[in-house]
Amino acid sequence: MKPDPKATIAQSFISRLPYAEALALRVDEIGEGSAVMSMPYHADLVGDPGTGVIHGGAVSGLLDTTAGTAVMSHPSEPSGTATIDLRIDYMRPATPGQRIVARAEVFRMTSNVAFVRAVALDDDAENPVATATGAFTVEPGPRPT
Amino acid sequence: MTRTPPEPIQVVKRRRDLALEALISGIPFVRFLGISFDRRGDELTAVLQYSDKLIGNPTLPALHGGVTAAFLETSALVELGWQMLWEEIESGRLDAEHLAPETLPGMPKTIDFTVDYLRSGLPRDAFARARVNRSGRRYASVHVEAWQDNRSRLFAQATGHFLMPVASE
Repeated sequence: MKPDPKATIAQSFISRLPYAEALALRVDEIGEGSAVMSMPYHADLVGDPGTGVIHGGAVSGLLDTTAGTAVMSHPSEPSGTATIDLRIDYMRPATPGQRIVARAEVFRMTSNVAFVRAVALDDDAENPVATATGAFTVEPGPRPT
Repeated sequence: MTRTPPEPIQVVKRRRDLALEALISGIPFVRFLGISFDRRGDELTAVLQYSDKLIGNPTLPALHGGVTAAFLETSALVELGWQMLWEEIESGRLDAEHLAPETLPGMPKTIDFTVDYLRSGLPRDAFARARVNRSGRRYASVHVEAWQDNRSRLFAQATGHFLMPVASE
């Protein structure tokens, strides 16, 4: 499979965000107002040492970044975005050892606000690990070249 | 008439500090983010020590929204766990000298968590305090406030719902 050129550009942008680097986030797909990103399992991110399950806070980092990336990928080309609010529903613990994949989509774009929904999955793609709903600021674009 | 003398201060402090340490020391993600807890009596303040890896927007620069969310959620979870543990150690049902991950009461599990980002997080230490608004046998509702320079200028607040651990017999 040929790497998605938009995903390559987004990855170079994401790699400059220190926290995205610290979580080792990877950009898998970029659409028009949608994004797929993933986070590998790592022992540092464990929230419950008894079970080895990743801390919810790490999953929310992945969901927040993926949602923000979806906003930036919107055809209206916003020059920037910031989270206004983000609600995460934790549906089940992520299976230890598995990569977590987040899919985010802009449901509605206005001139000031983007409404985004996202879902986090592990290998059992039928049963979400977590879902997120967020509102994001939209800085008017197009971004400078 | 005999009165039990109050416990020596070192005994009280040691018991509570050991219990708090047992509660948080085992969580790798808490160490990864650099979160510690200040204790005054039973009141906890979560402290997020600044480090460069916590930045989400390098041009501002600002703390990553995911860092803020994780900090507030950790603060809420530890506050809930601490309130349960406090009852156990102060009543003498649990001995703080022998607390281990196996003997600690189970931690609550997050059902949902909503973060309200009020202003961007500055590249410096952050503080958070959680308030348990309702704690039932099965569910709890917790509110958290986070600030940096100024206690009355919050940079984020959050509300979460938690599933309480099943009480062990």
